[in-house]
Order: sequence, then structure tokens, then C-alpha cells
Amino acid sequence: MSTHEQSMTLNLKVWKQKGPKDSGHFEMVTAKNIIKEMSFLEMLDVVNEDLIKLGKEPIEFDSDCREGICGTCGIVINGQAHGPWKATTTCQLHMRAFNDGDTVILEPWRAKAFPVLKDLVVDRSSFDRIIASGGYTSAKTGPHPDGNAMLIPKPIADRAFDAAACIGCGACVAACPNASASLFTGAKITHLMMTPQGQAERERRVVSMVDRMDQEGFGSCTNIGECRAACPKDISLDSIAIMKREYMNAFLKSDIEQREVREDA
Amino acid sequence: MGASGLALLGFLITHLAGNLLLFIPGGALFNEYAQKLESLGMLLYVAEFGLAFLFVFHSVIAIRLKLDNLSARGSKYAGLKSKGGPSRWNIASVNMAISGLVMGAFLIWHIKSMKFGPSIAQGYVTEVKGTLDRDLYRLVFETFKDPIQVWLYVGVMIFLGLHLRHGFWSAFQSLGLIRPRFSKLISAVGVFIAVLMAAGFLGIPLYIHFILPGVKTL
Repeated sequence: MSTHEQSMTLNLKVWKQKGPKDSGHFEMVTAKNIIKEMSFLEMLDVVNEDLIKLGKEPIEFDSDCREGICGTCGIVINGQAHGPWKATTTCQLHMRAFNDGDTVILEPWRAKAFPVLKDLVVDRSSFDRIIASGGYTSAKTGPHPDGNAMLIPKPIADRAFDAAACIGCGACVAACPNASASLFTGAKITHLMMTPQGQAERERRVVSMVDRMDQEGFGSCTNIGECRAACPKDISLDSIAIMKREYMNAFLKSDIEQREVREDA
Repeated sequence: MGASGLALLGFLITHLAGNLLLFIPGGALFNEYAQKLESLGMLLYVAEFGLAFLFVFHSVIAIRLKLDNLSARGSKYAGLKSKGGPSRWNIASVNMAISGLVMGAFLIWHIKSMKFGPSIAQGYVTEVKGTLDRDLYRLVFETFKDPIQVWLYVGVMIFLGLHLRHGFWSAFQSLGLIRPRFSKLISAVGVFIAVLMAAGFLGIPLYIHFILPGVKTL
């Protein structure tokens, strides 16, 4: 009861865009009956129900698991990717981060490589294409190998896992002043180069993933590190240094590289 | 970007080391140093060409990088805001292009007014080790009598400090030379170098203008 008495009204300044070709604009929407315990996306659900009742078009946004682990949601809230909280996805941001009467600006991830599909929904398939270009291992599947057959020291496993925690939400690109995807790509490369399974394609992977990243139209890293602050999974900037180092190592072994590619073709 | 930046920093260190001779009143040692450099002949031309190449390379890559990065955003945010914490978003890191452009413009003027400034023909002559040579010290001395030029130099050196403050750490990161253990250390060394270089270079005009006897015009 008491919490409902403290319901808030917020003024949302929302980015509305009909489609990828539309230039888009901001619209003011009032969010009524918002309680502090709601998540940010639940707040949008309430707003959308009101809009639908009025016969208006709801605000389009992406979401899936709503527990901070899938990487589907993502809104730039008041100029910060995933809003003001650290290491938090938009779905885990709660309305206690805001006060009654606040004006909140909602924008999509803005990057040439992430075209806006509608309102706050962007197309992140450029990330998928980076992964498809080398973010995998071609280990043979089949019967389970013996658990002790491939020993990985705990510190290495931990570092690989820290990088593997990346959920590919794209907040790094959204927050980067250059719209660079270096933290994402660096995390994937670090994750795979740490473990024995990732060694076979190590050089080829980094070259094709970095080249793909550039082709997709992402900006270049100038080490501002805002990606690190916006990352809901706390991916370390060291993964970018590792990516650069791996790229240079692979470049020095480029004769091996070309032979492998030719065999594939 | 990083490699050429570090190489240019190497030049700045030797440039500052040489210019510290300006702190010695009279300027005989400074003129002697300048004459030694001039007497290198062919070697000096090679060094100058190398330096010019580095500056042009660093600038061209930087301009291309900046233009690519500007276009990578696509549409503009209503206002992007730093989340703080581990972010290195600061006045230095987001304004590298501006500090670079300011220094580039300064560099052209600096070379024009110093290297190609008044020389023996204009009467800037002094005796260096028994022979008559260019009195570069007098040119520097007269330049820094002018308060406008003093503050111009001071202003540009603040931009240099900002550029190095981000650039030093950034070069190590971009070249993949940073290990987690050394990241903080390299960042701290970057701050130290930035302060040292800026203070060293802006100290010269301030010293000559305000402290050196007989030049107090303000």
C-alpha cells in the first residue's frame, strides 16, 4: 500500500523513429503511476499499456530475459548507456534511480553499424557477423573428453571467464565517443585465446574479427575507456590491449595466415 | 599513432633537454649547443627529415582517424555523458584532436619564427668559440620579452601537457604493451611526463620574462 502511495510521474523524452530510413525525432510522453520497485522496462510496459489504451503506438524497445544476462535490452538513458547504475543492464535498472517529476531522455544505441529499426530498437547483427568471422573454435564434437585430459590453470580459466561474461549488448559501442566495438571484439578474442581450445585458429581469428569489425563501420579505439564504465559485465580494458597485441603477433606470422586462408577457399 | 607519438615524445625530451641551457644567463652555452647541432651537416638534415615525416605521419593518421570516428556515430545523441568509475573520459582524452591541431598550428609558427627567424643577416651575430655565428639566444630572449608571445607559448604548452597526459598511456594500450599489472604505473608515468614536459617548456618563457634580470616589462 505505502509504496503505491509514493507513485511517481516522470516526463519521458523518447526517441521516435518509424524505420531505418526515417530521420526520427524526440517526443514527450508522461509516465504515470510509476513505483520505485519497478524495473526500467516494467516502467515502459506501464507507459505502453497507457498508450495502447489511448489508441497510440507504443514505444518499441528490445528485451528478453529481463534478468541482466542475455544482452538484448539497451537504452541510452540521460546520455548513459543502460542508465546511471554501474555494471547494470537496462532491465536491471530500477526506478528508485529516479525521482518524481524527473525528465528522462531515452535514446537508442547510436552507431552507423547499429542502424535503428524502430524507436529504441537497433539492428546489432554487425556483432553477429564479427562472431561469424572467427569468434568460435572448430573443436571436434563427439563423446565427452576426460575432464583431466586438458588441464587449464584456475587463474587462466578465471580470466577467460571474465572475458566470456560479455553478453554482446552493445553498450560499449553506444557509450564510446567513437562508436568503436573494440571492447566487444577484444572480449571475444581474449576469451578464446586464453584456453587451449582456442589455440588452433588463434592468429586467423584475430585478423578476421578485427578486419570484420572495421568493415562494419565501427569507429576506432582512442582509449577513452567509457566502454569499460558502461559495460554491464565489467569487461576489462586489458582485453583491448590483448586484442592489439594478438593482432600484431598474427600480423608477424602473416605467411602462415595466408596459407590457411588459401586452403579454405 | 601510438608508435609515432612515442617517437615524437622522444624528440620533445631531447628538445627540452637542450633548451634547459636557456636557464643559464648570458646564453653562451645555448648558442654553443645550437652551433653544434648546425655543424652536424648532413646528419642534421636526415634528422630533420625524419622528424618532419613523423609529424606528418602522426597528423595524417590522426585526421583520418578522427573523421572516421565522427562518421561512425551516425546520428547525434542529445548529449552523451560519462559514467565515471573506471572511465578515462576527461578533458585530455576527448580533445586529442583539438590539442593536436593547436600544437600543429603552433609548430608551423614556431619553426618559422625560430629556425627561419632573424639570423646573421639581420645582425643576430655573436662569437661562439672564436668564430662568428648566429645569436639564437638573443632571438629567444627578445621573443620572450613580448608578453603576448610568452602567454601564447604557455597556453600551447598546457595543450601539450593534456595531449601527453592521455597520449602516453594510450600509446602503450594501442601497441598492446600494457599488462594489467603495469596499467596503473604507465598511467602514472604518463601524468608525470605530461607535467614535466609542460612545466619544462612553459618554464622557459616565464623564467626569461619574469625572473631573468633586466627584462621586467610587466
